[in-house]
Amino acid sequence: MNRNKVLYSGAIILAVTLIAALLVALVLFSIGASPLATYKTILTGPLSDLFGVTEVLVRSVPLMLVALGIAISFRSGILNIGAEGQIQMGVIASTAMALAMPHAPKAILLPAALMAGALAGAVWGGIAGWLKAKLQVNEILSTVMLNYIAAQVYTFLLRGPMLDPNELETGSGTPQSMRLPELAFLDTLVPGTRIHMGLILALVAALLVWMLLWKTTLGYRMRTAGAGAKAARYAGIPVERYLIVAMLMAGGFAGLAGAVEVSGVHHRAIEGISSGYGFAGIVVALFGALHPGGIVPSAVFFGILLIGADMTQRSASVPANMVLVLQGVIILSIVSAQSFLRNPYAQERFFRWFGRFSSSARKAGKGVQS
Amino acid sequence: MTPSLEPISELKLEGITKRFPGVLACDGISLQVRRGEVLALVGENGAGKTTLMNIIMGLYRPDSGTIHVNGEEVHFHSPGDAYARGIGMVHQHFMLVPNMTVAENLALGLKELHHFMNLDIKGAAKRIREVSERYELPVNPDAYIWQLSVGEQQRVELVKTLCLGARLLILDEPTSALTPQETDDLIVRLQRMASELAIIFISHKLNEVKALSDRVSILRHGAVVFNGQTANHEPSELAALMTGHDVVLPRNEGSGIQGEPLLSVQNLCVRGDRGNLVLDGLSLELRAGEVLGMAGVSGNGQREFADALAGLRPVESGQILFGGKDLANRTPREIIHAGMGYVPEDRQTEGIVPSFSVKDNLILKDFAEPRFSKMAFLRKKEIDSNAEVLKERFDIRCPSTSTATGSLSGGNIQKVILAREISRGPKALVAVYPTRGIDMGAQEFIHEQLLARRREGIGILLISEELEEVMNLSDRIAVIYKGKILKVLPAVEATRERLGILMAGLADPDSPGDAQAEVPAGAAHE
Repeated sequence: MNRNKVLYSGAIILAVTLIAALLVALVLFSIGASPLATYKTILTGPLSDLFGVTEVLVRSVPLMLVALGIAISFRSGILNIGAEGQIQMGVIASTAMALAMPHAPKAILLPAALMAGALAGAVWGGIAGWLKAKLQVNEILSTVMLNYIAAQVYTFLLRGPMLDPNELETGSGTPQSMRLPELAFLDTLVPGTRIHMGLILALVAALLVWMLLWKTTLGYRMRTAGAGAKAARYAGIPVERYLIVAMLMAGGFAGLAGAVEVSGVHHRAIEGISSGYGFAGIVVALFGALHPGGIVPSAVFFGILLIGADMTQRSASVPANMVLVLQGVIILSIVSAQSFLRNPYAQERFFRWFGRFSSSARKAGKGVQS
Repeated sequence: MTPSLEPISELKLEGITKRFPGVLACDGISLQVRRGEVLALVGENGAGKTTLMNIIMGLYRPDSGTIHVNGEEVHFHSPGDAYARGIGMVHQHFMLVPNMTVAENLALGLKELHHFMNLDIKGAAKRIREVSERYELPVNPDAYIWQLSVGEQQRVELVKTLCLGARLLILDEPTSALTPQETDDLIVRLQRMASELAIIFISHKLNEVKALSDRVSILRHGAVVFNGQTANHEPSELAALMTGHDVVLPRNEGSGIQGEPLLSVQNLCVRGDRGNLVLDGLSLELRAGEVLGMAGVSGNGQREFADALAGLRPVESGQILFGGKDLANRTPREIIHAGMGYVPEDRQTEGIVPSFSVKDNLILKDFAEPRFSKMAFLRKKEIDSNAEVLKERFDIRCPSTSTATGSLSGGNIQKVILAREISRGPKALVAVYPTRGIDMGAQEFIHEQLLARRREGIGILLISEELEEVMNLSDRIAVIYKGKILKVLPAVEATRERLGILMAGLADPDSPGDAQAEVPAGAAHE
């Protein structure tokens, strides 16, 4: 019975993904591109060689980390839309930490830089959590507003106090920080590619988050607060406290994602470093059913989409932004599918309509045969 | 709304079958109801009553079987279709917008009142007056819904359904939220209306079925197991048919060990959601080994009292002495640890986390105890075996203990809550409306459990508006009215009539004048 239910829900989600793909196909068609060719490039292009595969994984690392944090916050009943700002705060803090002690040994410097990033993200997320817990400020508004603040702070720092002095001398003026000392780099996993230790870190994090949420009393408290705040209060769980804890963790994971991007990929703070991971992470988390076991494959899938979109831009002259359209449509589809699954009347109506449709189609088919 | 083609004179269902994944909700049900008669449809939760009514109203489509109105086969695709043929339903939970007037609520559902840029509220009010006069259902079209009592809201629902053209009324547990007086009043009105209408009356309460209906049909596991004239059958006979076995609701045998005072509430003042004082100097004492019934019309402070006892609502002033400690304004955690058990009124979202499994809900209060956790990690084996033991002991009917608790029936959800609260070994147990909307089989079980705990020496505060329940189970009965205890009387001295009068806030007929004398503490506080 339970198993059937999972299969049923799975089938609905799959159907919905197909519908999303069809809708985007219409958009592609309308801009004069071939939907089939585009989808083929997106889905198979990135995986055609080793380099493509590693690039997919490079993209999936920050997505995974952000999505894990999102899953913690959503499961605890607070919607974190502020991962983008939390990533930027993580980038700033980890860069500053690494640059502040260039002569420290690697065993200290690397963890310190990553920790600093996570901490900064946690503080930025924690603000929204605190506002929600103490003053009932809607977290969607506060996290989105904190994104704007973070973006401005980030731009200010990169163009001002943290700007690489070399840029001023050579006069190119690219807004970026100094390069990190090499001891602060995450090691490369496959020589000649950009895939780095961050992948291992993210997979370990996925395992830890799963254990936290489903194996510990802390996770039980957080899930109870999220799934039934009223019942949680009744059982003596101080819901507000766990909202703050959840936002600290969610922000921490986003900040860590920023730190990992700096120390694993770019090796300095640059503008546009988060490239929308904060928002894509929400889609990854929802698509992964807010469960680490779903988030890992979901992050890889969206890594494929991101790389594939770059490829279509080159080969099929379809703008890479189409992936954003696809993301949006997928979110809408998932959310609609979830409310569909919650509404037995809608399901009844749908299957009634579907039954009539298929029986009339069958009749029409028979008519043709006879 | 198009008026019905002709006044409905007969509704006939034949062989209605409806299957859901894994469940046969309706199994070849045939029913018939004519103008001028009341058909009672009874059955336990999950027997298929609601599904059947949803089929009649066009919300579900039957897999097989036919519906005939006045001998003509019909296919309804929405409640609108059903209304067009004169069939209307009053739901158990009222479908009214509280901050609109009665007339505005009617206008919501009547398209013909909506003209371009203009809504004919006067027309709606006129219709309401016509209908309420004709069927003797007094309703003021200009009153706001929030100003009305539950009984008046029930009348609004009836008038609304009639204004929409319904001449066959489906009433889904219409008395579940009413006081005993309101219930009697409604039954009299329905009897009068029945001559011109057809009524399908869904209820658990067999004495109401007996009082109102001409014929009764009993559903069990989706099939009709009995059809007959109500007059020829006793309620106990119907109860046995409904549950499949003889039902004997247990009674408090009295003469228990009247223990030490356990919980002593003194001059409690608590504010309600709107900031007004809902409890105004309430004083009460609960002893170990007794069931203290609290009777009262809902809305007289029962919910706030239970909340305050559980630490879920701030206490303005007064004391809650429990085991020598004042628990007023302590956190829920501290109160739970002090040994207070609580079966809340809202079992669906407060008593359980609906999306959690049965086993997770069974440890909702104890997950951090050493029994279920070690070094901050949950002990899965202990949690599983705890669930299996409690499932057996409390007869929780669920496919497995991993099933989402919210998908169980009300009775089984209540058993989950009761299992958790009782197995924790509390000193006192507060149970609020523990059997509201629960079928007889589960009700019997819950009553037995409460009485068994009483024998073990637990003090039980039973807050209920079911007079039968309060009188059957209690040692003493306290009547609450407007946030004060009006009177505490031994259960043996309580009669239905006497309690009903007290619940209405009137002076006790058997001992005039002492309603005042019984609340000296509250008076002193003022």
